[in-house]
Amino acid sequence: MYIDTHTHMISRTTDDYELMAKAGIVACIEPAFWLGQPRTNVGSYIDYLSTIVGWERFRAGQFGLRHYCTVGLNSKEANNEELAEAVMEILPRFALKEGVVAIGEIGYDEQTELEDRYFRQQLELARELGMPVMVHTPHRDKKRGTTRSMDVVEEHGIDPSWVVIDHNNEETAREVLERGFWAGFSIYPGTKMGNERMVEIVRRYGPERILVDSACDWGVSDPLAVPKTAELLRRGGIGDNAIRAVTYGNALAAYGRNGQMQEADWLDPAPIDQRTLYMGNSVLRGGQAPRVDELRRRGPGDLVIE
Amino acid sequence: MTPDALMAAWLERQLPPEAADWVLTQRERLRAGVSERDFNLAVSWTPRRLGKADLALGPDDLAAAGAARRGWDPRGWTVDQAGRLVLLLADGLDGPAFAARLRSLLATADLSETITFLRGLPLYPDPASHLMRAREGARSGMRPIFEAVAHANPYPAEMFDEAGWNQLVLKALFIETTLAPIQDLDRRANPTLMRMLCNYAHERWAAGRPVSPELWRCVGPFADGAAREDLARVLRTGGDAERAAALAAMDAAPARAAAE
Repeated sequence: MYIDTHTHMISRTTDDYELMAKAGIVACIEPAFWLGQPRTNVGSYIDYLSTIVGWERFRAGQFGLRHYCTVGLNSKEANNEELAEAVMEILPRFALKEGVVAIGEIGYDEQTELEDRYFRQQLELARELGMPVMVHTPHRDKKRGTTRSMDVVEEHGIDPSWVVIDHNNEETAREVLERGFWAGFSIYPGTKMGNERMVEIVRRYGPERILVDSACDWGVSDPLAVPKTAELLRRGGIGDNAIRAVTYGNALAAYGRNGQMQEADWLDPAPIDQRTLYMGNSVLRGGQAPRVDELRRRGPGDLVIE
Repeated sequence: MTPDALMAAWLERQLPPEAADWVLTQRERLRAGVSERDFNLAVSWTPRRLGKADLALGPDDLAAAGAARRGWDPRGWTVDQAGRLVLLLADGLDGPAFAARLRSLLATADLSETITFLRGLPLYPDPASHLMRAREGARSGMRPIFEAVAHANPYPAEMFDEAGWNQLVLKALFIETTLAPIQDLDRRANPTLMRMLCNYAHERWAAGRPVSPELWRCVGPFADGAAREDLARVLRTGGDAERAAALAAMDAAPARAAAE
């Protein structure tokens, strides 16, 4: 069983869901982010957040995946002050929705004054509501931005064990782990991390507080990055317990803290969920190995569409 | 007893004391008047405080529900659903203010909340002002949300016009849910719906896809010559359930004609 803690499923197809379920992914987390281009008004933000707590969660359930999300004002759009103020107004209405596991992904992009202001406001909201935080670290000036993000979290008196610092690499890993934060690694082709490098990270630091995710979105990315990395770790001689920790157990510990993501959600779903929202036919009850029904693939050679 | 008093009593009977205390205390707080933010937070917290167990109701409870509000059928409801509706109705708001509150709640609702607020449709003041919300639910492609409006709910039969009603019935077939739990299905049958359903059956046949036996229930009472031919085709080619449904529809046709 795997959990992918960073997936933008609204950009992915049903083929992806089928493959993910088949590969043993039982749950995924959709962090609120931008849409590849900036939103122009708060209405589209409301509909977006409503989509990730509603329609996308339902869609995932049809394929036997449990879908969770984080809500937040991302760092890029924090630079539009008018929009940002309006989003901060409506954010508390979404923070306690079913399946919202954290405030995120928040943090810095260009490390502007406005980004800093709304990062801090959202840390306070997370603290008020007792929620974990997912921090997006900047792609540019990454090392400094990562250090600064952790400084600010500590300044607001938030326990690092409630905070995941995501998109790490070899340059940031040591400090994040030494300071007691969870360290996410996004296996994303071309940028962020490669999974052969990930094997070295796990070998070097051990599995404690490390999470592997795909960050799959609208770009060239791989929704199977977590199971693929698990297989590479196996071939690299990493023990089963360590692999389970970085691809499943740590995810559950880090994002299960506000009670919205629990193992029982996929192993023993509530009767109401089974009747309505979750077609959980891919997982056997009682913690047995996952059994995924063979899904008929639609390859280029399968010409017939019924 | 009013529906919200009934639900509060059911919750008090079923929930552990601290959960029951929580919901009843919130109800009092909301009655006294709180900010919109506090109202929203109380509604948000409900399932975390009460859990999501099925509401345990006996025959007496169902009878009381039907007496409190004609057609109200809380079978299959959960404690958090009842709890949220108790809070929604707590302060006795009505008119445009209640309609605006419902609209705002649905605009930011998660799946469970959407289902809850739509199931609650028959319990709200000024039923006509929520028609748009109900029609939106009945347009949903998410089956549990559609069913929250369509199934075991007196609201659509009471409030939908013929076009809306016909879309509801057709949509139920389209998303492959059942017609049986739709209240007043026979009373609201009409010739336009009969024609739409027969056309839909032809589409399904042309595509080589199965046709729900339930479809013929709304065809029978208004079956014209073409519809009778369709029913004859089902009798020739259908499986057991389909043939039984076609026979029942044929029985319904002359009975209706005689009544008129």
